[in-house]
Amino acid sequence: MVTDLTNIAAPPAAPAIRIQDLCFAYHSKQALHDVTLDIPFHRITAFIGPSGCGKSTLLRCCNRINDRIPGAGITAGSIHIHGIDINRPDIDLQELRRRVGMVFQKYNPFPKSIYENVVFSQRLRGIHKRSELDEIAETALRSAALWDEVKDRLHTSALGLSGGQQQRLCIARAIANQPDILLMDEPCAALDPLATLKIEELLHQLKKQYTIVIVTHNMAQATRCADLTAFMYLGQLIEFGPTLQIFNTPQNPKTRAYITGSFG
Amino acid sequence: MHNPQTLIRKGLPKGHFKDLVVRLLLGATTYFIVIIAALLFAKIIKDGAPVLFTAKAPFVDFGFLLDKNETLHVFDDSQGVRHQLPASRYSDYVKHLDGAPIYNEQTFSYSGGGIVGPIVGTALLTIGSMLLALFFGVSAAIYLSEYAKQSPFIHAVRLAILNLAGIPSIVFGLFGFAVFVLAVPVITSTPSDRSLLILPLFAGDAVISFQGWNSSLLAGCATLACMILPVIITASEESLRAVPQGFRDASLAMGATRWQTIRTCVLPFSLPGILTSSLLAIARVAGETAPIMFTAAVAAKDDLPWQSLAHPFDLLSSQVQALPYHIYTLAARIPASEYTQRAQYGSVFVFLILVAALSLGSMLLRAKLRAKLKW
Repeated sequence: MVTDLTNIAAPPAAPAIRIQDLCFAYHSKQALHDVTLDIPFHRITAFIGPSGCGKSTLLRCCNRINDRIPGAGITAGSIHIHGIDINRPDIDLQELRRRVGMVFQKYNPFPKSIYENVVFSQRLRGIHKRSELDEIAETALRSAALWDEVKDRLHTSALGLSGGQQQRLCIARAIANQPDILLMDEPCAALDPLATLKIEELLHQLKKQYTIVIVTHNMAQATRCADLTAFMYLGQLIEFGPTLQIFNTPQNPKTRAYITGSFG
Repeated sequence: MHNPQTLIRKGLPKGHFKDLVVRLLLGATTYFIVIIAALLFAKIIKDGAPVLFTAKAPFVDFGFLLDKNETLHVFDDSQGVRHQLPASRYSDYVKHLDGAPIYNEQTFSYSGGGIVGPIVGTALLTIGSMLLALFFGVSAAIYLSEYAKQSPFIHAVRLAILNLAGIPSIVFGLFGFAVFVLAVPVITSTPSDRSLLILPLFAGDAVISFQGWNSSLLAGCATLACMILPVIITASEESLRAVPQGFRDASLAMGATRWQTIRTCVLPFSLPGILTSSLLAIARVAGETAPIMFTAAVAAKDDLPWQSLAHPFDLLSSQVQALPYHIYTLAARIPASEYTQRAQYGSVFVFLILVAALSLGSMLLRAKLRAKLKW
């Protein structure tokens, strides 16, 4: 759903994430080729494309969680977040990951209580005051539209929640960190349609405050919630633009073929 | 189908007799092993249980558990009544005899009194070596599974650790003797004559002297810890790896450092697995004789390890008795007779119960942790 196209047509001066000529390789296998992309503030940007096209890799470059894969790394190009090159050697990795939150495909709450999951990052930062933590937990759970469902059992195990609730808990956990950007790696891939719908509604709420980048396999999901869509294929960015334009009047024959279901 | 009647077999199923024979053989082998184990336990329980348990309340002979080990004196008094008395009570008895004669006196070393010395010695050795082994082992496992790059060199390191597990325990005993007893450095103001190397410390008259810890509790714990390190490292690494990758991803993605991630999201969830491995290690440490023979154990000791110490730290440098070594002494160093059986089977029985209790304790702890940390 694209709400105000006019703004997207004239993007703000500095994008939230600016990816320039990015190349990425796992050992000798090139996964991304010269990807250039500007992701605007407070919009939902979707990456679509067939499996193995590099969309998750691209997403995972934005908070440098790829760092921990041995032999993998950026070979050329740069990523600027709010104007800062995140691959500078003097970047504060922990602060970067606090500002750029991430939600994973397989929901992964810790086997602790719901409450402890949400305040995990606060505890890491040394905040132990009960009142402060309570407030953060409630705010985050409300933003993730989970508060009403769990407020009576905050101290029971997070693993007792349904899949959709667990994924929203993971979103709450990321929000509790007060990030600027939320990266979502196929957040609905393991969920049923109703749970997916809830998460999509949630995304619309969240984009008022956060810049959201979502990787999805589900093209219908991209049309439902993304303002902008990037189509990737074999490690290359084929086409990027407003979602309606990508789906209705694709410029590139490959995009058209993918969208009409001829391959992928 | 051409002729559906071919689906119905005539006679016995194919390979019926072969199956039967294989099944019988495999079953017989299994039950043969079970019978051997059952016989072993039955013999020990039959001869050992009466030593520890009594028919009258309180049903347990606490004397055997809590008394010090003594020489057993067996003799006839002037009425021809046979007496069996440990050394301390024997001397009392002789004092009250007022010169009346005794006959047929025999003495049996280590066979009288109780076995409190070996019990506490084994407990101290087990606790000490587990603390050492868990600290070093879990640290190494964390490094190998969380920090080290998976290079050929690290594979070689891992292989070397695995190989360590195959070394016979007597070799560890000799290694411990050569290194911990004779060679490790200590800070002292009075270096021994056989010190391998003396380095000045420039602080008072203290020097670093490579003279070893002598035969002591510390040397024994260190040797036992070396012996079980490979088991602990390998099993800990496996249970660290079994923690879902998602926990690490989630924690790192929220801005935790590597160590914070390990401390809060990996180590707590791998504890049940680490405990399982240490459970086996506990039983092994408590049971080994060879590694402590040269490094920590003595056959006879008058005081308990913590008695008559000038300084609490001297506990670490004192020698201890140990159950497996005590059993070895009773079996190999003294002539067996009807009067030594009580000590022999009693010790073995108590030893088995102790190991079983230790294992049970860790099993319960593991079950409790597992219930709490399930995913």
